[in-house]
Amino acid sequence: MTTTTKMIGQAIKRREDPKLITGQGQFLDDVKLTGMLHAVVVRSPYAHATIKGIDASKALALPGVVAVFTGEDMSDINPLPCAWAAGKVDNNLNTPRALAVGKAMHVGDGVALVVAEDRYIARDAADLVEVDYEPLAVVVDAKKATEPGAPQLHENAPSNIVMDWECGDREKTDAAIAAAEVTVREQIVNQRLIPTPMETRGSVARYEPATGEFTVWMTSQAPHVMRLLLAAFVFGIPETSVRCISPNIGGGFGQKIFVYADMAFTMWAARKLGRPVKFVEDRAENYQSSTHGRDHITDVEIAGTRDGRITGLRIDTLANLGGYLSTIAPGIPTTLYGRITTGVYKIPAAHCRVRGVYTNTAMVDAYRGAGRPEASYLIERMVDRFAAEIGMDPAEVRRRNFIPPEDFPYSNGMGLLPYDSGNYGPALDRALQIVGYDALRAEQAEARKQGRYLGIGLSSYVEICGVAPSAWIGLPGEGWGAGLWESANVRVHLTGKVVVTTGSLPHGQGLETTFAQIVADELGVPYDDVVVEWGDTSGTPFGFGTYGSRSLAVGGTAIVKTVAKVREKAKLLAAHMLEARVEDIVWEDGKAFVKGSPDQVKTLGDIALQAAVAYSLPEGMEPSLDETTYYDPPNCTFPFGTHVAVVDIDADTGAVSLRRYVAVDDVGTVINPLIVDGQLHGGIAQGVAQALTEGAIYDDDGQLVTGSLLEYAVPKASLFPQFETDRTVTRSPVNPLGVKGAGEAGTIASAQAVMNAVIDALQPFGVKHLQMPATSERVWNAMHGGTRGARS
Amino acid sequence: MTTTMAIKVTVNGETRVADVEPRTLLVHWLREDLALTGTHIGCDTSQCGACVVHVDGRAVKSCTMFAAQADGCAVTTIEGLGAADALHAVQDGFWEEHGLQCGFCTPGMIMTAAELLARNPDPSEAEIRHALEGNLCRCTGYHNIVRAIQHAAKGATA
Repeated sequence: MTTTTKMIGQAIKRREDPKLITGQGQFLDDVKLTGMLHAVVVRSPYAHATIKGIDASKALALPGVVAVFTGEDMSDINPLPCAWAAGKVDNNLNTPRALAVGKAMHVGDGVALVVAEDRYIARDAADLVEVDYEPLAVVVDAKKATEPGAPQLHENAPSNIVMDWECGDREKTDAAIAAAEVTVREQIVNQRLIPTPMETRGSVARYEPATGEFTVWMTSQAPHVMRLLLAAFVFGIPETSVRCISPNIGGGFGQKIFVYADMAFTMWAARKLGRPVKFVEDRAENYQSSTHGRDHITDVEIAGTRDGRITGLRIDTLANLGGYLSTIAPGIPTTLYGRITTGVYKIPAAHCRVRGVYTNTAMVDAYRGAGRPEASYLIERMVDRFAAEIGMDPAEVRRRNFIPPEDFPYSNGMGLLPYDSGNYGPALDRALQIVGYDALRAEQAEARKQGRYLGIGLSSYVEICGVAPSAWIGLPGEGWGAGLWESANVRVHLTGKVVVTTGSLPHGQGLETTFAQIVADELGVPYDDVVVEWGDTSGTPFGFGTYGSRSLAVGGTAIVKTVAKVREKAKLLAAHMLEARVEDIVWEDGKAFVKGSPDQVKTLGDIALQAAVAYSLPEGMEPSLDETTYYDPPNCTFPFGTHVAVVDIDADTGAVSLRRYVAVDDVGTVINPLIVDGQLHGGIAQGVAQALTEGAIYDDDGQLVTGSLLEYAVPKASLFPQFETDRTVTRSPVNPLGVKGAGEAGTIASAQAVMNAVIDALQPFGVKHLQMPATSERVWNAMHGGTRGARS
Repeated sequence: MTTTMAIKVTVNGETRVADVEPRTLLVHWLREDLALTGTHIGCDTSQCGACVVHVDGRAVKSCTMFAAQADGCAVTTIEGLGAADALHAVQDGFWEEHGLQCGFCTPGMIMTAAELLARNPDPSEAEIRHALEGNLCRCTGYHNIVRAIQHAAKGATA
């Protein structure tokens, strides 16, 4: 099919932007309803405590306070569901309720709800609620939680173990390691992170007593899934009684995928009080009670030969999952981590064991990359450790072990569907060429003589996008039991304008623009004639939402397939209108004509009008050009690439400065390069931040020391150089667009590029590994032979 | 009984008179009472800068100021900086250079950048990054925000 102007591949500026740059965006806190009340949560100051009593009398006496509710008041609704019981979690599932009942499991656990006429009054009243706590013993560290004598958080989870899961071949791996010429062991910590979307989370719920229907505005990446979970699992009401609306979402990064207490308690309170109820977290609450990410402690061993062949990889990970299980928490350190730990390498024997652990901390669930950054950090650090051990250049070790292009589709033996396509060498070569690798190595050698410390770090990564296929994620062993298909509806109005509705849920990814570009090309209509709608369960077909870099590969493909149906029907009708056979109809630039007679055309508008008025349709054809597709992809997609970081370390202070950052990514076909680059920049920044500045810290009493943006070091503009991005293009054979996905690749690739650079710089000091973040204190200590901070 | 204070503030060129509680933050007054919801709240410790507005031409975090302190001042919010059909150079720069993704930090970023360019029409990259110290963005890695401000500066000095 040809069109005059191809939209796919063009760096057009986003259609989302005009309202956002003029202050006209509609975010959750901008929702204002008549009679709306404001809710504030009373939260536990203790990490683990029995709630012995709650006295709300003083709060209730404050003018403007409408009600104070406790967890017991809400006992007519169920706990929040855990939807992904991966790793055979079954009888030890412990999930939060709308408000805690009997016990608080972490600092910030909600114990009472104050509802008042305005936010200031509600906040004042929350301070007047008196809660009688009896503090209990606390454990915040996943390793300590599994040791004898540790406080037991849930009766059904002995030793605080959520699940004990494995993948790969244990015997073969043990044998490979026992027989290896070289083995290297390390304990690698992937520290806890706080996602920190700039907009915190919240909910506004309205209840219509006459119809029994709820409308809930929510900061959600997956409103259809929320409707299902809230209706069927929490409230036990028909799904049709709940309408969920995601307005503009101020960043999600995974934290906004899940079902949260506030969705349930605003609904419950709105029904109870007969007035709409709004709840918006403040930043401290977001830090204490919305989900965190990562938090792995891993013992890992890599084995290989003196000439640089990796022969075995053995991994034993403790994954801290917090005080309760969040919505898809068990799936992250198992399916999305263990199964991809072999990375871009052909490793003949690998085994990964993961134990999920309860601790008195906020719940841990998907955070940008979700399992894959942890996997990629682990293997890429170990490849560097192995390279250092055998005295070989890290680029050369990577090259020797890459899965060769002729091996695709490639099964890594860890229980994934095969990697779809890949060609890892060119991305590495290109990245080294851009950064000027050989010259940098020469500079490094010279610098070391002068007491200056320059480091070069590589990261070659592969990741899993489009987490959806029922053939994999739906397998009973994965604990999910369902495909995560995506939907699209395309209808052509009788004016020829095209409306696309999608179950995907953009929150910064620019999907309105990207999807419109695709439809413009596939249907041959002007880009401006395509409108993309999303976000409201009452106006869009069911979809599983936006996360896991799935919206283009899965949601976009659903759109392509739907457009094809529309085009086929339009051709049938055009044939009827032109009194020709459909085989003779040519479709070009949104117009149909009979082969050889291009002057007699029927535009999409002509055809849509005919379809809508419907007085002369072919025998058996239904009126209207309106088609829907539910698309279950046959496989995931596997983007890859190589990133290179160059750092300078200040010999006096240990401060790390990021001199250059080069990223060569292969995300398959690129629809809009402007948007893809933007996704990579942001992803890279989050990984660099993990390497250099961020880390959530709980003290031994379970207090979140990094409880605000004062202490939790979200990076500022001055941390970064301009990123140097380039790409190779290897089409995915999984979908017709050939796309892979770009939302998480940057984060999955970057932390280890920077840490490998830092550790490379510290090589003259005999440093073999350093835990993240590489703060100046930690680096300085490592340079001065101190152990403080260097190894843990 | 709550005492209130009478204030008179010029907001986006329009005189606004109100009785406010002394503790009412400027950002809450703008958002809740004047329905100027383009100014956002992203933290409670004055780190994020999503709430930056101009008070008498200076970039100010409106969560760090009481509405009463703005009495007699001229306040400009993102809504008053430019309109969709008459964008300010910085707004245009953000659009042209893909300087935003989710758009939540964007109003504060734009207000900070507009003030920077008013003070320093041709800033270096380092000066731009320094000027953004009080504004956090989680989506862009700042890469295209810097380019957006450079774009605006180029347009203004051309």
